[in-house]
Amino acid sequence: MGRFCCRCCCPRGLWMLSAPCCDDRRMCVCPGPRRIGIPVRSSSLPLFSDAMPAPTQLFFPLIRNCELSRVYGTACYCYHKHLCCSSPYVPQGRLRYTPHPAYATFCRPKENWWQYTQGRRYASTPQKFYLTPPQVNSILKANEYSFKVPEFDGKNVSSVLGFDSNQLPANAPIEDRRSAATCLQTRGMLLGVFDGHAGCACSQAVSERLFYYIAVSLLPYETLLEIENAVESGRALLPILQWHKHPNDYFSKEASKLYFNSLRTYWQELIDLNTGESSDIDVKEALINAFKRLDNDISLEAQVGDPNSFLNYLVLRVAFSGATACVAHVDGVDLHVANTGDSRAMLGVQEEDGSWSAVTLSNDHNAQNERELERLKLEHPKNEAKSVVKQDRLLGLLMPFRAFGDVKFKWSIDLQKRVIESGPDQLNENEYTKFIPPNYYTPPYLTAEPEVTYHRLRPQDKFLVLATDGLWETMHRQDVVRIVGEYLTGMHHQQPIAVGGYKVTLGQMHGLLTERRTKMSSVFEDQNAATHLIRHAVGNNEFGTVDHERLSKMLSLPEELARMYRDDITIIVVQFNSHVVGAYQNQE
Amino acid sequence: MMFYRLLSIVQRQRTNPRWQNWSSARSSASAAEAHSITLPTQTQVVICGGGVMGASVAYHLSKMGWKDVVLLEQGRLAAGSTRFCAGILSTARHLTIEQKMADYSNKLYHQLEQETGIQTGYIRTGSICLAQTQDRLISLKRINSRLNVIGIPSEIISPKKVAELHPLLNVHDLVGAMHVPEDAVVSSADVALALASAASQNGVQIYDRTTVLHVMVKKGQVTGVETDKGQIECQYFVNCAGQWAYELGLSNEEPVSIPLHACEHFYLLTRPLETPLPSNTPTIMDSDGRIYIRNWQGGILSGGFEKNPKPLFTEGKNQLEIQNLQEDWDHFEPLLSSLLRRMPELETLEIMKLVNCPETFTPDMRCIMGESPAVQGYFVLAGMNSAGLSFGGGAGKFLAEWMVHGYPSENVWELDLKRFGALQSSRTFLRHRVMEVMPLICDLKVPRWDFQTGRQLRTSPLYDRLDAQGARWMEKHGFERPKYFVPPDKDLLALEQSKTFYKPDWFDIVESEVKCCKEAVCVIDMSSFTKFEITSTGDQALEILQYLFSNDLDVPVGHIVHTGMLNEGGGYENDCSIARLNKRSFFMISPTDQQVHCWAWLKKHMPKDSNLVLEDVTWKYTALNLIGPRAVDVLSELSYAPMTPDHFPSLFCKEMSVGYANGIRVMSMTHTGEPGFMLYIPIEYALHVYNEVMSVGQKYGIRNAGYYALRSLRIEKFFAFWGQDLNTLTTPLECGRESRVKLDKGMDFIGRDALLQQRQNGVYKRFTMFILDDHDTDLDLWPWWGEPIYRNGQYVGKTTSSAYSYSLERHVCLGFVHNFSEDTGEEQVVTADFINRGEYEIDIAGHRFQAKAKLYPIASLFTHKRRKDDMEMSDLHGK
Repeated sequence: MGRFCCRCCCPRGLWMLSAPCCDDRRMCVCPGPRRIGIPVRSSSLPLFSDAMPAPTQLFFPLIRNCELSRVYGTACYCYHKHLCCSSPYVPQGRLRYTPHPAYATFCRPKENWWQYTQGRRYASTPQKFYLTPPQVNSILKANEYSFKVPEFDGKNVSSVLGFDSNQLPANAPIEDRRSAATCLQTRGMLLGVFDGHAGCACSQAVSERLFYYIAVSLLPYETLLEIENAVESGRALLPILQWHKHPNDYFSKEASKLYFNSLRTYWQELIDLNTGESSDIDVKEALINAFKRLDNDISLEAQVGDPNSFLNYLVLRVAFSGATACVAHVDGVDLHVANTGDSRAMLGVQEEDGSWSAVTLSNDHNAQNERELERLKLEHPKNEAKSVVKQDRLLGLLMPFRAFGDVKFKWSIDLQKRVIESGPDQLNENEYTKFIPPNYYTPPYLTAEPEVTYHRLRPQDKFLVLATDGLWETMHRQDVVRIVGEYLTGMHHQQPIAVGGYKVTLGQMHGLLTERRTKMSSVFEDQNAATHLIRHAVGNNEFGTVDHERLSKMLSLPEELARMYRDDITIIVVQFNSHVVGAYQNQE
Repeated sequence: MMFYRLLSIVQRQRTNPRWQNWSSARSSASAAEAHSITLPTQTQVVICGGGVMGASVAYHLSKMGWKDVVLLEQGRLAAGSTRFCAGILSTARHLTIEQKMADYSNKLYHQLEQETGIQTGYIRTGSICLAQTQDRLISLKRINSRLNVIGIPSEIISPKKVAELHPLLNVHDLVGAMHVPEDAVVSSADVALALASAASQNGVQIYDRTTVLHVMVKKGQVTGVETDKGQIECQYFVNCAGQWAYELGLSNEEPVSIPLHACEHFYLLTRPLETPLPSNTPTIMDSDGRIYIRNWQGGILSGGFEKNPKPLFTEGKNQLEIQNLQEDWDHFEPLLSSLLRRMPELETLEIMKLVNCPETFTPDMRCIMGESPAVQGYFVLAGMNSAGLSFGGGAGKFLAEWMVHGYPSENVWELDLKRFGALQSSRTFLRHRVMEVMPLICDLKVPRWDFQTGRQLRTSPLYDRLDAQGARWMEKHGFERPKYFVPPDKDLLALEQSKTFYKPDWFDIVESEVKCCKEAVCVIDMSSFTKFEITSTGDQALEILQYLFSNDLDVPVGHIVHTGMLNEGGGYENDCSIARLNKRSFFMISPTDQQVHCWAWLKKHMPKDSNLVLEDVTWKYTALNLIGPRAVDVLSELSYAPMTPDHFPSLFCKEMSVGYANGIRVMSMTHTGEPGFMLYIPIEYALHVYNEVMSVGQKYGIRNAGYYALRSLRIEKFFAFWGQDLNTLTTPLECGRESRVKLDKGMDFIGRDALLQQRQNGVYKRFTMFILDDHDTDLDLWPWWGEPIYRNGQYVGKTTSSAYSYSLERHVCLGFVHNFSEDTGEEQVVTADFINRGEYEIDIAGHRFQAKAKLYPIASLFTHKRRKDDMEMSDLHGK
């Protein structure tokens, strides 16, 4: 989430300071990192002159693209019309993203630029361009992934039927990550979404490492010992996780050894700490330990460094960027959600009358959460009460109040300086890493410790949606649950028709059925619940139905602009097997 | 198609107290005691299942003199799918054997009321099969031709005529229809009751509310059944348990695989029309609309076969749940739309009920009958693919004949349980496959259609390699076989669009493969063929094979013998090639789908306590067929051994090295009549040998080929194939294979007496090759199989297979010619003279094409030479 904004001259950071009213995240049209605003040392007047070249820079690739293909040119045109002029095609009032007053100032240079380029370079009028439905689908479906828990001989004993996941980038490259895996040495399945900021290094590392830490935390002593002995004697290791990955979900090959060593140290400590009494492992505790331990390892690896310069730079990038995590562990009817940051887990519950309701299983760790504000104030001296959260951001900068990485908010100033100085040049030249947050007196200000929620699954709990804030800021949770619920149950959410004793003619019945089918037909466009949800999140009009024109426009945005309209969206929809859940219930 | 029975039965059940005591009110004393008395301890036959199938088997057994029969039903008689059957008896079937079964059923049910005094509700309504497309009409015309030649009246009619026959039909989207005036509707539960009643009068004992738990087996032979009411000893067990047949088969200690699976099936019942429909209103089959419609108590009954069926009972549940199946209107919506389109006036008709009743389907849409290959005395009749009522009478008759005489009076290989093995018995496979089969009931049946589900189960080690080179696959007995190889620069039609009765889109591809087989060399992966090895310590292997096979197998080591495995009647149970590996060991190659049947036959006839070892080595060898004049060059280069006919005569087998791999069984035969070799390669060497062959073969113009090329080659050379052309009722003498029978080999063999007699009396049918004369390959309908053959305008038989011969540039059909007496219709002796002196026509969907009959293959095809002036630059290109 949020491009690492020091790459360009950062008009977004600037603007953030000059237009502090942009607290409505949905209204935030700034293409910059919404999580982290970077103050610029100059005052407001030079600011403006600073800002002037930025749009040109921002749009420079566009000019080239315009020449290369009409796609970008016209897409840009759409965007332009849509936002800056009162588009005749799209009445202003209908837009969720109404141009912000502050934005008008910001985008004026672009308008000039447009006229300029148009006058100078283009003789023809730009044509209106929309992606066709198949093109839209191919974009939406590029990252979709489905997993069905294998059904053996007609018997399915897992409480999870399977899951659908998908992500739609707004940043380039995307900073969100997702993971899903089945625990092989214990029971249960792990699913998680990770929202990165200031780059994707941290979210990438967390997405490939966190589940191992959790799985290890859950392992009984004997299994840990067995694994350690196998490592020691060079035997084949027990597999711990069965990953369910989309081909685009990669793992870092280079760091794999380093990561393994850190993980091994962790289980060695777990072995050493074993008291000998075989107590039941508490999932909640295991989750908390795993989160904290991984964050600690990320921090340590950055401090220690690595002789390999590539790895050295990697561990530093991981530590200096950040990521939130929202992870679910499902084992039979026991559902644990561990959350750090502002991604969210939402349970879809089907009431007896067939309607859907949403049960939130996580708390956002941000300024909208009173308890978090309270916690932060308590953790720091009274005199920092005003500076610790400013403009709804941690130290005025960071939107989530808990996160992995982000050592800028965790390390002492000394440590930060020492690491940066001894670090590679790239780090030294980086404005963002060098910059120390203002009012930085009593670190750490940030923690990766998750809040763990437990829920015992009931037959009416049909599915769980894990998603990054990119989804939640565009859609209300109730809508999310309703859309997924209706999608997953297909026809069945409609009460089945029974003729009973009534007088019904074939014609009446036919009319009724046709109506019901039309209602459902839009659902079947997607084979993946997460894709379906993204389609709604991006394409919904004010009536709550997907507007293809709108969807097409949103997806036609060039990467440089996409970030202004939406955030990366990552969604996992886990579907539960009500029969199995019901059977568990009956056993007791 | 067959269908669902009216609620009248259900209602009667509620209102009529007679129903509860069906037996006392309706039947004889023995059945009346069913509820109270204990089971007999011993009987000859136990039939499990009191539906129309069980009742029919009992009826026919008792008619044929087997009266010591007990029929057990877990619920009430005629209570399962039989109760719900829509009661349509339709003879419009795709297979001749199915047409015959339905025809017999029709005649049986017709006189049943008279015979038993029980009302069966039989009304001869006739049926009309509608065609909305030209392709459908072709399909109907093909059925029409075949119905007519077996004496079932039917005709192709115009839409206008359809409207006259049925007042409510909307006919403006029709291109034609087929009218079968003698088809009927009947109450299937009453038919079952009447059959049971007649059986019970003949001495069959019937017990309802008695559940068979499992069948007891000793030494591979049925010894009795265990029921919830005690044991019964018996020699024969008949599994007619319908959708529960699969579970019942598995409940044995030695499981019997009966691959079938149930799907939900829906049909609609309405109240009567204002002017009630007359009871003789014809039944409508609208396959393009996926529905059937019959009159029912003045209203209509209409159901269909949807594209997205709902399989059920995959986990095997008990019968109680049948009652609880829900109506699903949303699921029925496409069928309802289709009904209202066909009969728009029904809009105002009031609904009475949507019935949901499970129907049973099999992996290939054909029913299952016959004896288990594993357990002697265990017979099965089930898996009717929702045609139970239509087949009930005929199928019951065939099975009873099978039990009493050892074989049925018609060839039923297409329906034989032994066409399946355990490999089709996976629940997942069945669940997926029946979801494809059920819609197929209404789909257009075109030549060369392959199932899409349940694939890639058995594959050769070269599968991936061939697939990457463009192979398109067909499946036989679970085994993937290449049909042909699509060159990289060529696109074929999508699956649905490739359905055609005309020239297919792969025509040119197969042509180039055939050409390559004739001029250079091709490789065909033929690993699917069934391969057995028979060894013994002494001479037992030779002795038993000499007894089982008609040709003389006492040949020098290294020789290959083509021979038939005959039954007592001299008919082919199997047709195979046997190589004598050494004095005491033989290698036997038979068709792919013979794996279960041939094994069972051999096991049945082998002495139990000998030191014979029979091993199925199908999975141990990959078979590559090197076809073509340059095969010899490729092999000699790879083996450093001379392969010329002097060193390696035809029909010879040698173990040798190919490339680095040693111990490859090389046989000089190709199953096509072309020169070349079969290589039987231990599977771990398969990839190596294939790679070597392909790389060395490059300079000889080698390329991959598939089964379609093989088929074209074998048919143009008049090679008969078991399962297609040959069956248990055809003898070697009838297909010109006298040379493969050694009546004087010095010892008796099975079928010898029958053949001796046949040699003396002459044959009553003769396998003949037909070359179509005035047939335009590009424009005319292609022959398939089952087309009627006319001699001097008289029907004389049907084709069994056909292919386009690229050498003759003509279609070639193979088939049997009979000589029916003009007066009596009796079969008479067929002489060569009779064949040669006729003018022939082949009827393809109602259009007759002139054909030349040949009794012997065309010699010139075996010595192919390309004329010099035909050569062109492209002959220099690598293939």
